Amino acid sequence: MTVGLVIVSHSSKIAEGVIELAAQMAPGVRMQAAGGTSDSPSRIGTSLEKVQSALEEAEQGDGVVVLTDLGSAVMTAEMTLEFLSPDARARIRLPQAALVEGAVAAAVQAESGGTVDEVATAAERAIVSIDPESLEPFVSHGAAAPGPSAPLEESTEPPVTGAWTLPNKMGLHARPAAVIARALTDLDAEVTINGVDGKSVMLLMSLALGEGQELRAEATGPQAQEAIEYIGGEVKAGFGEI
Amino acid sequence: MALNAQWAEAWIRECSQVLTEHRSELIELDRAIGDADHGENMQRGFAAVVKKLDDGGQDTPAAVLKLTAMTLMSTVGGAAGPLYGTAFLRAATAVGDAAEIDPAAVVAFLTAARDGVVARGKAETGDKTMIDAWTPAVEAAETAQAAGASSLEVLEAAANAAQAGALATEPLSARKGRASYLGERSAGHRDPGAQSTALILQAAADTAGREQ
Repeated sequence: MTVGLVIVSHSSKIAEGVIELAAQMAPGVRMQAAGGTSDSPSRIGTSLEKVQSALEEAEQGDGVVVLTDLGSAVMTAEMTLEFLSPDARARIRLPQAALVEGAVAAAVQAESGGTVDEVATAAERAIVSIDPESLEPFVSHGAAAPGPSAPLEESTEPPVTGAWTLPNKMGLHARPAAVIARALTDLDAEVTINGVDGKSVMLLMSLALGEGQELRAEATGPQAQEAIEYIGGEVKAGFGEI
Repeated sequence: MALNAQWAEAWIRECSQVLTEHRSELIELDRAIGDADHGENMQRGFAAVVKKLDDGGQDTPAAVLKLTAMTLMSTVGGAAGPLYGTAFLRAATAVGDAAEIDPAAVVAFLTAARDGVVARGKAETGDKTMIDAWTPAVEAAETAQAAGASSLEVLEAAANAAQAGALATEPLSARKGRASYLGERSAGHRDPGAQSTALILQAAADTAGREQ
């Protein structure tokens, strides 16, 4: 069983398309689309009924992360949660995330066995690559709040570094990216891998590092050494794929 | 007429009719600063409620309001769905199982509806949203009720204040909803949600003023 996903969009095509895209990297995750209104043919809009049944379908006991597009999608999702029993509601997360990036990151995290909180966090962090300042005025109301930004703090200590060549055929694809991001999230260290935040599944995947390419890691903080050792161990073992 | 289940049903049917008559007007208001679907969405939503009312079975005002809420949430589509859905749902809770709504209960259900819209939409007065019609309506209703007005007079005061509030959104710049993407360019246009709120409250007063 994995955490399920529900994609709420004004457009049924967007909801289904996001799932199609995310499912490529996470075929084992149950994802349900709730796009458009309830009437037939479906119009642009969102529907309480559709979100309710999508939630029921997606829930397998481990919880569900609901991702939305703009405006009424957020309100309809909130509304749906209010109708649930406190018990059922406790297993649902409604992170503020970029829909496409968030869905892919959440799906990958769910596929690798993440908890509902980890999946929600993965979705929120997926927008770290975007500078919210440059998006003004579109990101000014919290409707599309960025995930926790992770500015590297000025450190007086030199970073711990490591560099390895990827030995496995698939390189740093979705599964190992999720494994590494998850492990690093648990460590008290700021880690950069080839220039991007090592705790972001999406950013690691966006590197598209293939077989024979070099992975360079740089870590600061109390557990920097552990982080580098962990990454080195994983890479040298070809993420368990060789 | 007394504010009983028959009135509540008459009110919602009147909303459907009025929103059909004003469909183009709301669409034009929404075209200027939004996505031009408010008129159609509201008409469709209330038409769906009327269809369900035709099946009968709602014997208290609260039952009518709750049916309205649940139907709007699944059929309106745009932001107005969850917003009006929440408003009617909170109003239903506020009137409880009363067979008839007295002036104090009118104030209570209008207040609950407004608070629901505020909670759902997270907007404040002056953001150029339907709150700018709801809040003056609630305040006018409170004043009228405190002065000893009848249920009909309380609803009339609320409706008049809502319409004035809707007109007063014209010079404002939107800070919430789709129109906020336009920022200052939204000034000079009336907010469609505030206008539909005024129409809905006017329908409440009009039906309350009828013989039967």
